[in-house]
Amino acid sequence: MQLSGAEITLRCLAEEGVDYIFGYPGGAVLYIYDAIFNQDKVKHILVRHEQAAVHAADGYARASGRPGVALVTSGPGVTNAVTGIATAFLDSIPMVIISGQVPTRAIGLDAFQEVDTVGITRPCVKHNFLVKDVAELATTIKKAFYVATTGRPGPVLVDIPKDVSQQLAEYDYPKSVSMRSYNPVLKGHAGQIKKAVQMLLEAKRPMIYAGGGVILGDASPLLTKLVRTLGYPCTNTLMGLGCYPASDPQFVGMLGMHGTYEANLSMQNCDVLLAVGARFDDRVIGNPEHFFQAGRRIIHIDIDPSSISKRVKVDVPIVGNITDVLEEMLRQLAAHEAKPDAPALAAWWKQIDEWRGRDCLRYDRSNTEIIKPQSVIEQLWRVTDGDAYITSDVGQHQMWAAQYYKFDKPRRWINSGGLGTMGFGLPSAMGVQFAFPDDTVACVTGEASIQMCIQELSTCKQYHLPIKIINLNNRYLGMVRQWQELQHGNRHSESYMEALPDFVKLAESYGHVGFRIDRPQDIEPAMREAFALKDRTVFMDFQTDQSENVFPMVPGGKGLTEMLLGSEDL
Amino acid sequence: MNNNRHILSLLLENEAGALSRVAGLFSARAYNIESLTVAPTEDPTMSRMTIVTSGSEDVIEQITKQLNKLIEVVKVFDLNEGRHIERELMLVKVRAEGKDREEIKRTADIFRGRIIDVTDRIYTIELTGTHDKLDAFLEALGSTQILETVRTGASGIGRGEWILRV
Ligand SMILES: Cc1ncc(C[n+]2csc(CCOP(=O)(O)OP(=O)(O)O)c2C)c(N)n1
Repeated sequence: MQLSGAEITLRCLAEEGVDYIFGYPGGAVLYIYDAIFNQDKVKHILVRHEQAAVHAADGYARASGRPGVALVTSGPGVTNAVTGIATAFLDSIPMVIISGQVPTRAIGLDAFQEVDTVGITRPCVKHNFLVKDVAELATTIKKAFYVATTGRPGPVLVDIPKDVSQQLAEYDYPKSVSMRSYNPVLKGHAGQIKKAVQMLLEAKRPMIYAGGGVILGDASPLLTKLVRTLGYPCTNTLMGLGCYPASDPQFVGMLGMHGTYEANLSMQNCDVLLAVGARFDDRVIGNPEHFFQAGRRIIHIDIDPSSISKRVKVDVPIVGNITDVLEEMLRQLAAHEAKPDAPALAAWWKQIDEWRGRDCLRYDRSNTEIIKPQSVIEQLWRVTDGDAYITSDVGQHQMWAAQYYKFDKPRRWINSGGLGTMGFGLPSAMGVQFAFPDDTVACVTGEASIQMCIQELSTCKQYHLPIKIINLNNRYLGMVRQWQELQHGNRHSESYMEALPDFVKLAESYGHVGFRIDRPQDIEPAMREAFALKDRTVFMDFQTDQSENVFPMVPGGKGLTEMLLGSEDL
Repeated sequence: MNNNRHILSLLLENEAGALSRVAGLFSARAYNIESLTVAPTEDPTMSRMTIVTSGSEDVIEQITKQLNKLIEVVKVFDLNEGRHIERELMLVKVRAEGKDREEIKRTADIFRGRIIDVTDRIYTIELTGTHDKLDAFLEALGSTQILETVRTGASGIGRGEWILRV
């Protein structure tokens, strides 16, 4: 059957089971939009800015585990999308981005709305393709989904010139593809796993450190089982939150720059460390030299060999699919005659509980004058029964959400950990809501971040997305102000925002409900009222304590245990 | 740090863009690159690339892993891990006048170079060898005036049965 390139594109997407694509039209993709119009399998969601299209597809993917799809036009469509693509790339999110390109005969001639899309996106995609021949379109799209979703996932871009989307070709969607140059490893090496199990059982002060890879690999149940079988402490990275239940007593909290006292001290002082789907990045272990000072043996499981021994030399590397590796580990553990060293473990837990006793996340809960941002998150957790999808922007509010919303399930915490993209929160929440129309979705944001993609309030209206926006409004670029206070002599250079909009009126003008909350005692009633509005987008503007900072904090360049625990340490 | 010189040999898909992915990787991650050569193999769908780089063992390990991660790269070998042969081609244009002409010719002979173009004032010499040998030749030219040099960068291959293919 002869179909146009545009029709082929839509057929392929339907074949891949894509239910939503997030996009924005323009000249180079007009044939594709025409094909969208003429079918009803794949629904198109019209956003208000291409960055948001990609973030929405990203949020959809993070929450559902299925690849997100975005569609943008050539030139400015693509350049607007780049921030979103890089955001997905740094967090290894499976996604396919389809971009229009000028007609093949015009490529290289500085045509209207021409940019070298493959060149611009190359460093921030897992892979990209320029389709020059319509006969190769279907196979290329198949490859794009294959590459995006296998191995260490990531965004893949397919650039389709306008004439290619118009030309006809025989349509035949390949059932599978194989690429001689791309063979993601699956099973971990059984011998390495054996060594790891041995090492884990010999540990006196063990620690399990799990990251976003566990969520991406859908390995949370196995990880949880492993942690419980061993009885060892477990910490999560910012990207890993929810992969081990936060309300479990074996959970010692998030680690890293804003990690808990007990997580960072256990990380530093353990004698055997099992790292699962985490990459020892600079926000997690702080100064690497300081980290090395305490000797420990390290086992590292990751699907990407280049993540292993990149920043930290490890003793037992295990490259493989996390599910397979953990299954094999559990099997070997069950068969092993040795058991964890109970007395050593008891002493270790005693030590950890002492660290816990510092109660590093305490804050002034009794304040009745001014809203403490932490208390907003704690209320949010209560009001949503700890069971909402929480997206976030970037800044202090993000860290408070990570610290105070106890995520018990994977894929509930959606944030830009790697790139740290302000503007991510609202559009990603839209993607989550499309993936789970009946679930509660809240976006925790700040008055600065929300303004980076505020236009998406319009998309929320068009598609009746009942997202609840929790704006922690401190009138500052709070995280910037915090660093200025700590490292730049308290000089608030350009971190105060004048002339903020009236967010209540702003929300109303977009057709939504807006609340402004000034007093601590109003937090809970306002939230209950907002979440009861099941079919409305509600913007909650919380006027929070302007001077509050995020603690604990490992200042940049310092070691993990060199934490500031509160303003009194300043 | 021990910044050893390494010769990496790659097989990659002979596709537009594969080269820029490799080059982009080196610049993006601030890896050293001394030379890079690439051309199609006997199988026209595949290219063979030789990259000469330097770095500590950890850096070289990362480079190899990152190269392997590129979707179009089929195989990566660090030739330093075994016995191998390295060759580079150089063309040198020198001022050759009067009594210098004999001297230059003799030096070229010693290095098994060939004079491939002659005018009454110029020799163009072709020379193949390792990087070091080519450097040594340029030094041996002494006071001779070098007008131009072109070097291809190294190509490498394993010795004997050590064969790099898919
Ligand atoms: C696109 C982008 N630009 C700049 C930054 C740097 N940055 C990190 S946090 C922050 C301030 C965020 O302010 P706000 O959204 O109000 O959150 P708060 O820290 O006050 O909670 C800035 C500017 C960033 N992460 N992303």
